[in-house]
Amino acid sequence: MFADLLLNAIVSGVVLGGFYAAVSVGLAISFGMLDIGNLAHPAFVILGSFCVFVLNQRWGIDPLIGAILITPFFFVLGAGLYGVYHYSFERRGEEGLRGLAFFFGILFITEVALILGFGVDYRFVQAFYIDATLHIGFIDLAWRTLVPCIVAFVMIGVLQVFMAKTYIGRAILAVSQDSLALRLMSINPSRVKLIAFSLSLATAAMAGALLIIIQPVEPSIGRDYIGRVFAIVVLGGMGSFPGMLLAAILLGVAESLTATFYGPSWAPAVSFGILLLTLAFRPAGILGRV
Amino acid sequence: MKNSTFCLVTAIVVIVFFGAAMLAVTNDYFFFAGYVVLQYIVLATAWNILGGYTGYINFGTAGFFAIGAYAAVVLHKLWGPPIPVLILVGGVLSGLVGLGMGMLTLRLRGVFFAIGTLALAIVVQTFVTNWDFVGGSRGVYIIRPATAPLLGNYIHYLFLVMLVLAGFSIALARCIEHSTLGFGLAAVRDDELAAEAAGVPTLKLKLISTALSGALMGMAGAPLPYYVTYLDPTSGFNLAYAVNSIAMPLIGGMTSWVGPLLGAIFLGTIQQTATVTISSSLNLLIVGVLLVLAVVIAPDGIIGLWRPRRRRAQEPL
Amino acid sequence: MSETLLQVRGLAKHFGGFVALDDIELDIKEGERVGLIGPNGSGKSTLVNCLSGALKHDSGSVRFDGMPLDGLPAYQRTRLGLARSFQLPKPFRSLTVVQNLHVPLLFTAKHRAGAHLTSAQIDARCEELLHVVALEGKAQARPRDLTQIEMRKLELARAMAAAPKLLIADEVMAGLSHSEIDDILALLVKLNQSGVTVILIEHIMRAVMSFSQRLVCLVAGKKIADGKPQEVVLNPDVERAYLGE
Repeated sequence: MFADLLLNAIVSGVVLGGFYAAVSVGLAISFGMLDIGNLAHPAFVILGSFCVFVLNQRWGIDPLIGAILITPFFFVLGAGLYGVYHYSFERRGEEGLRGLAFFFGILFITEVALILGFGVDYRFVQAFYIDATLHIGFIDLAWRTLVPCIVAFVMIGVLQVFMAKTYIGRAILAVSQDSLALRLMSINPSRVKLIAFSLSLATAAMAGALLIIIQPVEPSIGRDYIGRVFAIVVLGGMGSFPGMLLAAILLGVAESLTATFYGPSWAPAVSFGILLLTLAFRPAGILGRV
Repeated sequence: MKNSTFCLVTAIVVIVFFGAAMLAVTNDYFFFAGYVVLQYIVLATAWNILGGYTGYINFGTAGFFAIGAYAAVVLHKLWGPPIPVLILVGGVLSGLVGLGMGMLTLRLRGVFFAIGTLALAIVVQTFVTNWDFVGGSRGVYIIRPATAPLLGNYIHYLFLVMLVLAGFSIALARCIEHSTLGFGLAAVRDDELAAEAAGVPTLKLKLISTALSGALMGMAGAPLPYYVTYLDPTSGFNLAYAVNSIAMPLIGGMTSWVGPLLGAIFLGTIQQTATVTISSSLNLLIVGVLLVLAVVIAPDGIIGLWRPRRRRAQEPL
Repeated sequence: MSETLLQVRGLAKHFGGFVALDDIELDIKEGERVGLIGPNGSGKSTLVNCLSGALKHDSGSVRFDGMPLDGLPAYQRTRLGLARSFQLPKPFRSLTVVQNLHVPLLFTAKHRAGAHLTSAQIDARCEELLHVVALEGKAQARPRDLTQIEMRKLELARAMAAAPKLLIADEVMAGLSHSEIDDILALLVKLNQSGVTVILIEHIMRAVMSFSQRLVCLVAGKKIADGKPQEVVLNPDVERAYLGE
C-alpha cells in the first residue's frame, strides 16, 4: 500500500512538475535571461485562466483553443508592459528597487482587478478530457493533469527550438549574455528584449489555460505561484530551459510527496522553503550559471 | 538638532497629541481609525529603514507583522502578559527572523533578497495556517480585558500604545539617519561595492538594518489581536500590509523619516475613509495604482516634488 | 631593504570555462611604484578585484603586510591598508563630495587600531584631501554636478582617505587631457613619497613609463613580463601583445 501511494505521489509529482514548467518558462525568459524581476508573471497566468474561462463559459471554446486565441493579445500586453518598464526604469539605470516595486504593484493591481471583476469564487472550465482518468497498473493519472503536462512539454520544446534555430531566438540568447556585444553588431538590445519579454507574457496565456484545466482558479492563487516559479527559475539556473524543467519536476515531486504524506496545506511551504534554501546555499542553481 | 533632543521633542509631541485627543474627541471611531493609521506609520517607517536608507526592498512585511501578532496570541493563551511585554517579545522574535533571513539571502543581489522576503511571508503563513494552537485556518478569538491599565477604556489604551510605538519608530529612524550607521547605510544604498571598498562592513550593516526593520514590524503586530479580537491567517497576512508599507514611503519619500510619516497619514487616511464609502477591494486597487504611478512618475515621493534638488543632507556623527 | 608588502602566489580565477587569471606570481615591496599594463581583457581588472576582495579567487594565496588575505571580505582588506579606486568612478550619489570622503574616514581610518578621530580631525583631513586633488571649491557639490575629471579625482581622494599602505589606481587617467594627466601623476608621485606603495594600472604609456620603477605586463591572464620599464617594453612578447604579429 505504501509503495502504491508513493509511486502515485511521484508520478503525479512529475506530471505536476511538467505543468509548473509551463508556468515558469515565461519567467525563465524575463527573469532568467533578461534579468527583469517580473513578479507579476503569476498574476498574468491567472489573467489567462480567467480569459480562457470566459471564452469557455460564454461560447464553449475549449481552453487550449482559447489560449491560442488570446496569446496574441498577451504578446501585445507584454510589449506595452515592457515599454513602460523600459522607459521608466531601464533607461535610467534604476532597474533594481523600483523595477521590482513596479511589478509588485502590477501584480497587486491585476489580482484586485480580477477580484473586482469576478469576485472570489473559484472558477473552472469544461472540456471532454477533464473528468477522465487514465489507469496504468496501480497508477492513476487524471487526464486533467496529464493534458497540461503534455502541452507544457510541447510548448517548451517549441520555445527551445525557437531559441536555438531562429534569428530572433538566438538574438535573445545573445542579449541575455552580452548586450554590449549585440550593440556592436548593430542589433538594438532593447528591441530584442521587447520581443523576448512579450514572448514571456504570451506564454502566460497558455499557462493560464493549463492551470484552469488542472484546478479551479480564483484571483489570489497567483500568490502561491510566485514562490514556485521563482524557485524553479533560480534552482534551474536562471534561463536554462533544461535546468528549469528539471527543477520544476523536482519541485512537483517534493510538493506531491508532501501533500500525500503531510497534507496539501503544507504545499506552499515546500516551494517557498526550497526557494529560500536555494538562495541560501546554491544560488547558481542545480546545473549552475553565474 | 541632536538626536537626543529629537527624541525628547517626539516624546512631548506624543504626550500632547494624546492629551488633546482625549480632551477633544468624543467619538471612539477616531481612536479605532487612528490606530490603523498609526500602525501604518510604524510599518512604513520600519520598511523605509531597509528600503529607503539601505536600498533593499522587503515584500514580506506581512510575515514580520504577523510574527508579532501570532506571538502575542500564543502568549495570551499561555498566560496573558500585558501588552508592552507582547510588544517586546514580538519585536525580538521578528528581529531574529529578519536576522536569520538576512544571513541566508543578503549576500546575494537585492532582487534575490526581495524574493526571499516574499518567500518568508508565505512560509510563515503556511506554518500559522497549519498550527491549531493559534487557530489554524479557522482563526482565533481574543477577548479584550475588561479594563485597560491607566485609562479604563481599552480602545483608548490601544491607541496610546500605537501612538507611543509610532513616536518610537520615528525617533529610531531619525537617530539612525543621523548616525554613523545611517551614513554607512547610505553608502551601501548608493553603491555597495564602493562602500565595501571604502571600509564599510556592508553585510553587517545590512543585517542590522534588516533586524531593526523586522523588529519594528513585529512590534506593530503585537497589539493586533486585541484590536481585531478575531485573527485569522487571511487577514493577518493580508497583502495590503505589504503593498501599503511599500507604497507609503514611496509616495511620501524614502530619504528621511518624514516621508513614511507623510505617506502613512496620506494613504492611511484615504483608505480609512474609503473603506467606509467604497469597497475594500476598490480601495486596494487605488493603492496599487498609486504605487505604480509613484514609482514611475515621482521617484522621490511627495518630498521629492516639494524640494527636488535637495536630497538628504547628512551629518555623520 | 624594504619589506615585501604584497605577496601573490599562484593566483587563479576563472568564470565558467573562461580563465581570467592563470597562476599569477607577484611581489610588491613597500614604497615601490609599480605599473601594470596589458591589453583589454588581459585580466588586470580581475586581478584588482581579487586583490581587493571584490571577487573571490579560485586558487592561490595573497599575503598583505604579513597577513593572509584569503577569505577576508573587501572592507577588512581596506582596513588593513589595501585600497583601490574604481576604473569607472562609483561615487555615493546622494552624498556631497566631502561626505563621500567621510565614509572611508569613518569606516576605515577610524578603525585603525588605536586611532581616535574627532569630528574636527575628520573635517581637517577632508580639507587636506580636497586640497591635494584640487576639489576644495566643490566640497558641497553632489557627484552629478562634477565633470569627468573631477569625479576621477574624487574617486582617487576617496581611496586616499582610507589612509592606505598600498593604493591600486585602476585606469584613473583614461580620457584625460595632457595637463590633467600630469596633475594626477604628480599627485600619485607625491603620495608615493609620503610612504604609500602604488600600483598604477594604465594604458597611457608615457604616464606608466614616467611613473613606474617596475613594470608588470599581463596578457590573457598570464604574467608575461616583470622588470625594469625600459626592458619590459622591449620584450618581444609585450610588443606582440600590443601590436599583434
